[in-house]
Amino acid sequence: MAQIFSKKANLWPFYALIVLVFLLVGTVGFFWYFGSPKYTDVGYRPVQPVDYSHKLHAGDLGIDCRYCHTSVEVSAKALVPPTETCMNCHSLVGLDNPKLEPVRASWESGQSINWIRVHDLPDYVFFNHSAHITAGVGCESCHGNVAKEKRVMQQKELSMGWCLSCHRAPEQHLRPHDQVTVMGWQAPENQAEIAAKIIAEKNINPPTDCSGCHR
Amino acid sequence: MNKEVDAAYDYQVPLITGKPTFGWITEKVSSIVESKTSKEWALLFGLASSVMLILLGSIGYLVWEGIGIWGLNVPVGWGWAIVNFVFWVGIGHAGTLISAILFLFRQKWRTSINRFAEAMTIFAVICALIFPGIHVGRIWAVYYFFPVPNQMDMWPNFRSPLLWDFFAVGTYFTVSFLFWYTGLVPDLATLRDRAKTTIRKKVLAIFSLGWRGGNKQWKHYELAYMLLAGLSTPLVLSVHSVVSTDFATAVIPGWHTTIFPPYFVAGAIFSGFAMVMTLALIARRVYNLEHILTLTHLENMNKIILTTGMMVGYSYSMEFFISWYSGNPYETFIFMQRAFGQYAWAYWIMVSCNVFIPQLFWSRKIRRSIPAMFVISIFVNIGMWFERFVIIATSLSQDFLPSSWDYFSPTIWDIIMLVGSFGLFFTLFLLFIRFLPMVAMAELKGVLPQADPHHAHEGEAH
Repeated sequence: MAQIFSKKANLWPFYALIVLVFLLVGTVGFFWYFGSPKYTDVGYRPVQPVDYSHKLHAGDLGIDCRYCHTSVEVSAKALVPPTETCMNCHSLVGLDNPKLEPVRASWESGQSINWIRVHDLPDYVFFNHSAHITAGVGCESCHGNVAKEKRVMQQKELSMGWCLSCHRAPEQHLRPHDQVTVMGWQAPENQAEIAAKIIAEKNINPPTDCSGCHR
Repeated sequence: MNKEVDAAYDYQVPLITGKPTFGWITEKVSSIVESKTSKEWALLFGLASSVMLILLGSIGYLVWEGIGIWGLNVPVGWGWAIVNFVFWVGIGHAGTLISAILFLFRQKWRTSINRFAEAMTIFAVICALIFPGIHVGRIWAVYYFFPVPNQMDMWPNFRSPLLWDFFAVGTYFTVSFLFWYTGLVPDLATLRDRAKTTIRKKVLAIFSLGWRGGNKQWKHYELAYMLLAGLSTPLVLSVHSVVSTDFATAVIPGWHTTIFPPYFVAGAIFSGFAMVMTLALIARRVYNLEHILTLTHLENMNKIILTTGMMVGYSYSMEFFISWYSGNPYETFIFMQRAFGQYAWAYWIMVSCNVFIPQLFWSRKIRRSIPAMFVISIFVNIGMWFERFVIIATSLSQDFLPSSWDYFSPTIWDIIMLVGSFGLFFTLFLLFIRFLPMVAMAELKGVLPQADPHHAHEGEAH
């Protein structure tokens, strides 16, 4: 009987297998890399309704984070300040600065400024600012050094794996309470010692079970 | 006593009646695949695939709307989806039992039904796998099942029986498929050699993997087949054991029992054989396979149905005994509720179909009566569906919090999806009997008397 396929056809299943392996690894790798917040979310820097600069306020002028984000130590939310907070100073400073026009308009009309949220976790994650600040996690650990940013950008991936990396080993991110809001903080040489002390003192035991963050 | 019945109990009885030749078997089985599509087949296929499309459509609606369209709610958080899953996985058990265990025990009568039963296994497992897939609610998150790297650092929980289940059923499907396919290779080659058109030749040549029927190929084939049989044998017992741990590892009264693994396996074989019986009887009639699927085969299967049915009945009674003997008031309560509570109707349907009705098979007459066994096999299928329903619904609907006790009622979507899964099953099955040889030709030839080297031709003296 005549041959239906040439001898080369013997290699087809082998090629098919190679293609299949590449497809499988490729698909997983594609989603692992391009589906991660490290790729999709880091670098998010929306244009805000007011051309506000953290670099000027928190950096050059040295205003503490908590002057505007008032409830960060006592509540789950850090709060975006109301227009009134701006006007504490800007009723006296920068009266003819055109950049402040939306702030003055908001002050006169009583309508809030629609700030755009940069660090936005999914709704099924219950993040509590006060718990982290009380434990001694610096603002910078999650938000990066905002004192250097003219316009705030998401610097960390805020993925679940990223959260867990600290929840499993918080040592490198714990600071004495008075240094929590310091920007550009460098871990001192005896960080391990300090962290061990903080952990023992405050009995820090970060949850790694589902219900720790997903209630 | 009549001669036929006598012969059935004679060790020397030929497995295939009618004194067929090798050529007759090839012609008989291949012609089913090679003949033109019959009107009846087209009609049945149209019907089955329409029902399957309804299933696909309702799955689409489920994904769109969420699992709230089903009747499940607290406290019955597992509804028909899991009932159907366990039901279909159970049906998928006969195939591997027939192909693997009976092969290792050299039960030659299996050759007439194994191809068929294995195909049924694969299709049943496909139907089963749909339900856990869609019951998660957020189907786009279904990749959580798989151990793949992801940004959440999330990994399947290897302590969870649901994960064991996933791997058990996945392994079962893979091995059953390989087993089925390995068996198909020589037969596909036969079809290839008979093919008239070039396209048909080429397609079959690809799927028959270059089989030429050489001595060495047969040697390798036999070895591979035996190894696969050895590999699947523990699977027959393990798959439904693992499925039962979904329940047995939970601390729910009525689920938390050590009898579950063997009890589930017996039930699975029971329901699987019943389904093979139902389908085999139809195919036997439609394609005139009376000489290949003889009454002896059917009677053997009925004996297995009777045996496993009694094992299931033993489990039912043992559950009751233990609920009393353990002195556990919750356990006692749930079993009293099963038999006499709000689901008593379902419980007694289950017991009647699974325990009482199969007792008819004690009678040899009924074991060899086609209409009787057809009806009984359908009753067994119904009963085994109800068994899973009873286990899930009764234990959950009256849990530890009396304030949340409730009665489970299915919605129209529950019913549509159960019916739809039969549509999927029959669609696949009809495609199988139309395009693939439904009887293992090569193996069947091996059990003919003329395949025996010591076979003496009739009338010839040694």
